[in-house]
Amino acid sequence: MIPIEHYVVLSALLFVIGGVGFLVRRNVLVALMSIEVMLNAANLAFVAYNRSHLARGVAHTYEGASHTGQVLAFFIIAAEAAEVAVGLAIVLAMYRLRRTVRSDEADLLRN
Amino acid sequence: MTLGTAYFYLCALLAVGGAVSVVAAKNPIRCAMGLLLLILSVAGLFLALRAQFLAAIQLIVYAGAIVVLFLFVIMLLGPAASTPSDRRGLAARVFGGGLFGLGGLASVTLVAQAARAAHRTIPMPAPDASFGGIEAFGSVLFSDALVPFEVSSGLLMVAVVGAIAVARGRQGSHSLSHGEQEVARAATPHEPLRPLHPGVFSHELPESETTERPA
Repeated sequence: MIPIEHYVVLSALLFVIGGVGFLVRRNVLVALMSIEVMLNAANLAFVAYNRSHLARGVAHTYEGASHTGQVLAFFIIAAEAAEVAVGLAIVLAMYRLRRTVRSDEADLLRN
Repeated sequence: MTLGTAYFYLCALLAVGGAVSVVAAKNPIRCAMGLLLLILSVAGLFLALRAQFLAAIQLIVYAGAIVVLFLFVIMLLGPAASTPSDRRGLAARVFGGGLFGLGGLASVTLVAQAARAAHRTIPMPAPDASFGGIEAFGSVLFSDALVPFEVSSGLLMVAVVGAIAVARGRQGSHSLSHGEQEVARAATPHEPLRPLHPGVFSHELPESETTERPA
């Protein structure tokens, strides 16, 4: 059995890789994908902690093991789908306006 | 090494490899493929963590929708999707990214060392057989998490409307879509119908670029 710490360390590693990609890359598409990597890392940590915290408090209506982390990961996936839809629409609008997908040339609001 | 340990390390290796190729690949298509690899291996880790329903959702929503959406946009943009590399602002970006990466790696190492030094792992009680299945998950989703579930449907609705509004742009003769242009052209009887230009954005290209291509 793999201990939970391994999953958490892997999740932190994936989060760091995604964060470095978001900071270093200038392509807006790659920056969006780096955000996906970071959110996947967060999902992995949620599900891993859920695996070790099965006990429930008193304020729950469902009687069974706790699924709090898995439900949170589910909502993160939903929010991420919305984020990607809007983000890619913004990328297309920016390409139509400036003929580029580089984040440092999106300076319409500067000054 | 047992089978479960080997499975974990295989999935972990593939996940890290996918994440690195998302960050490091020049071609955005390769970035999307790296994202797909990461998503598949994280779904495999979900299976090992007894989250079967979430693994299926991960495959359907990520691999089936999000990666395909990325590929659609990359292919819609064509060659413009990959940015040519230049040195502008490279030092600042590498400094910021390197600082974040080194700090993150240092904190990961510290936490891992502390966990190793504690000689005590987080307990993993054995869940019952229904844990993580669609029945148990759905019971939680429609009892404890009902309000956020309904709110998330509103979020997705707003996102769809917003994506259409942003991607469609200002209404006018310039921003008519390809099909609308063809319909408008067909409605005027004096002008003969011309064949469609190749590609969605090609009607915005200069005329020389569109006429070069073979019909």
